Amino acid sequence: MSKVALVTGGSRGIGREVALELARRGYHVAINYAGNEVKAQEVASEIKALGQQTITIQANVSDESEVKGMVKSVVDQFGRIDLLVNNAGITRDNLLMRMKEEEFDQVINTNLKGVFLCTKAVTRPMMKQRSGKIINISSVVGITGNPGQANYVAAKAGVIGMTKTAAKELASRNILVNAIAPGFIATDMTDELNDELKADLLKLIPLERLGKAEDIAKAVAFLASDDANYITGQTLQVDGGMVM
Amino acid sequence: MADTFERVKKIVVDRLDVEEEKVTLEASFKDDLEADSLDVVELVMELEDEFDMEIADEEAEKINTVGDAVNYIDSQA
Repeated sequence: MSKVALVTGGSRGIGREVALELARRGYHVAINYAGNEVKAQEVASEIKALGQQTITIQANVSDESEVKGMVKSVVDQFGRIDLLVNNAGITRDNLLMRMKEEEFDQVINTNLKGVFLCTKAVTRPMMKQRSGKIINISSVVGITGNPGQANYVAAKAGVIGMTKTAAKELASRNILVNAIAPGFIATDMTDELNDELKADLLKLIPLERLGKAEDIAKAVAFLASDDANYITGQTLQVDGGMVM
Repeated sequence: MADTFERVKKIVVDRLDVEEEKVTLEASFKDDLEADSLDVVELVMELEDEFDMEIADEEAEKINTVGDAVNYIDSQA
């Protein structure tokens, strides 16, 4: 029987790669997206081509009723939920002194409260199943700090704390909760950086290259697998050695 | 009431693995039936399914004894 995964923010970037990697490993995958239905449908088509079942669900992860509806859709469709990957995230970068309250709130709502709401919603079916895994996508900047990202860093550090707490609360029900902290991952965003900045960036990374979204997807697949059934409450850094 | 109590009792016995005699209306989940906080959350979930109802978090927090659960369920019927 195939396991069932829900990936938030699964229409592009790291979430997209995670959804596809899980499908390759035999999961049925529910793809949550905020706005880009076309991109979500593209991922769904690829998952179907891999022979797995999928649904796409539009939902704002910072809205409790939408999150509850999303998890209900997954359970109605597949009868269970084995894995939640909290990946949905946004950035609103600005220097602390210039950051607007609204920019701070938006990032905290999506990147931190969203993790809380999604975790809370899947806990019920997972408790009944007496099994489940939750993997939160944090960031190495949640460990190191990063100028211009007070909101994002606060949320990502918060996710690490929430991961540890959820792991402790839910361990007795065989629900395992871990985080992954990606370093610099090649995305549309890093493509736009100029060469000089990129070279500076690479000097910080012992492996001297940017990570790929699939590097993160493979780490998710490992933590989700039965090979990681004695790991909970941890933050796995996938950053080419950037932070030690 | 009697019927509700029997149904609640069955769930409590199954979930908390306690002797049937211990599950009285006065029995406190935490003090007498050795349930931890998470057990109580889980019991409330099972009661919701058994009685096909939703118990709001604010109401669930007031449920300390088996009798509290029975009374709440009957009050909603």
